[in-house]
Amino acid sequence: MSTKLDIYTAKRRGRITNLLFTSVCFLATVTCVIVLFILIWNIILQGKSWLSWDFVDSFPSRFPHKAGIKSALYGSIWLIGLTALFSVPLGVGAAVYLEEYAPKSRWRKLIQLNISNLAGVPSIVYGILGLALFVRALALERSVLSGALTLTLVVLPIIILASQEALRSVPDSIRRSAYALGATRWQTVWYQVLPASLPGIMTGVILALSRALGEAAPLIVVGAMAYVPFVPERLSDEFTSLPIQIFNWTSRPQEDFHHLAAAGILVLLIVLVSMNAIAIFVRHKYGKKIRW
Amino acid sequence: MTEEGSGKEQSVEMELGEAAVIKLPRSTSLARADGLLVRLRPFYEGVIHFALFICASISVLVTVGIVIILLYESVQFFFDVSIIEFLTGTRWTPLLKPQHFGILPLMCGTMLVAAGSAIVAVPIGLGTAIYLSEYASPRFRDIVKPFLEILAGIPSVVYGYLAIVTVSPIIRYLFPSAGVFNAASACIVVGIMILPMIISLSEDILQSVPLSLRGAAFALGANKFEVTVRVVVPAALSGIIASFLLAISRAIGETMAVTLAAGATPKLTLNPLESIQTMTAYIVQVSQGDTPTGTVEYRTIFAVGLMLFITTMVMNVIAQYILSRVGEQYE
Repeated sequence: MSTKLDIYTAKRRGRITNLLFTSVCFLATVTCVIVLFILIWNIILQGKSWLSWDFVDSFPSRFPHKAGIKSALYGSIWLIGLTALFSVPLGVGAAVYLEEYAPKSRWRKLIQLNISNLAGVPSIVYGILGLALFVRALALERSVLSGALTLTLVVLPIIILASQEALRSVPDSIRRSAYALGATRWQTVWYQVLPASLPGIMTGVILALSRALGEAAPLIVVGAMAYVPFVPERLSDEFTSLPIQIFNWTSRPQEDFHHLAAAGILVLLIVLVSMNAIAIFVRHKYGKKIRW
Repeated sequence: MTEEGSGKEQSVEMELGEAAVIKLPRSTSLARADGLLVRLRPFYEGVIHFALFICASISVLVTVGIVIILLYESVQFFFDVSIIEFLTGTRWTPLLKPQHFGILPLMCGTMLVAAGSAIVAVPIGLGTAIYLSEYASPRFRDIVKPFLEILAGIPSVVYGYLAIVTVSPIIRYLFPSAGVFNAASACIVVGIMILPMIISLSEDILQSVPLSLRGAAFALGANKFEVTVRVVVPAALSGIIASFLLAISRAIGETMAVTLAAGATPKLTLNPLESIQTMTAYIVQVSQGDTPTGTVEYRTIFAVGLMLFITTMVMNVIAQYILSRVGEQYE
């Protein structure tokens, strides 16, 4: 009799713990989403009245009401363009080598391990490398080019890993049929494997570039300027970028500059969200077309 | 080697040449151009192979470059400052007279932020991962996941702004003794930053636990809670810990948010309400100033960078090692 009762109480207790545990885990999940909304709501509240066309089209200034992000925006566009130019061929090339060419050897394993570890190196360490290598050793000075090369190093592992994933998802039957038709290795890669994996690679590239767009630490070490009242026109010009301008404004004590920072963040987030939207669009639109 | 190569070229040329003739008769000049292309093919295949090899090797060169540069400048730094003072000194004032080069305050600040952010992120992150992997309906997961991706995509300078403008005032309201710059606000925003990483990695690990384990536990009469906490989580534990390690290593390397929120006063303290300085924030501080190249002050960033690199590298390697064994477990 008593054992039966015990089983019932144990069962009920189990049900209560189960319910409690489920609710706690659910709360944790909801917390994440709520935190995101609070953060974004805060920024919108602080920055929206400062966001205007004049803000986008003016140079930074000591007077908050005249200040804008023109040089920062152009600097960011330069940096992202150059970074894409350097990092995409290098990253995709490395991925193709590792997935399609390299024999399964110790060397390949070493490179693979190395890339995974590089992805975890703090970005500021790349900044130090950029400072010693590009700014000093190659004497590129504190230029847009140094900044872009440094960002290339930061995003390279991300692009390689994403491209590898995309290449791996192309089934071997495609490669074998190409070889059977007499294609060489490069023809197989160029005409069959790369087009098939392009959506995956594009998604990875866009995500990597949006990471580069938000990165400030390595650029500060490389020597991005806090105050740049002009738009960069040559590779050797000094530069600033959106995150650095935001950092600069945030670190000032005056309230007005914080509002400016919030408006800058809004611009940055709008650009980032549109980039992510493009990535999602590419993934859905072109990812589904290919059926093996 | 060369003879073998040329022999191959000729045979390929013949095969293709015949095929071209059978398919469509071409003018002789075109056929000759085709022949040239075919003869060159092994050559440019080789060139492409080599170029791709170079691309892949650059990643190794980057690592070698980081290590060489950090070591080279650090060794010069250690000619001026004894390595024992550097590792055991309790005061860090390289930019002020009298100069002290003890890295412990910076290490302490870094670890304080790393531990604090882990306290914020680990419970929420693990709870969310468990909910998404074990309890949530596919539809709910599809709704929540994009939000987490957005959270992961927010740049760190934005978190720095939020720490100063939003989190710090709240902390000062709750604890009036806290300064404008305090470690606690840095801990909270860095915690939020590393949340998505913990969630997505842990969720992957939890999902990789085979369904048969859950089924067996259910068949023995366990309820959902027991299955999750006593079977699934223990089975995935090593991977979950690896995800914590990766996230904490990310927190250690985190720069902009910490620089903005935690202040610039290197201090040997565990009080999160005080202003501190981390290794990363110190590197930013020096980079913003006009420290001349080649001085001891300039070289400190390389020595601090070396410490940072070693700390994060060790944690990453351990995590990678654990993760690489997770897959083997069920095979």
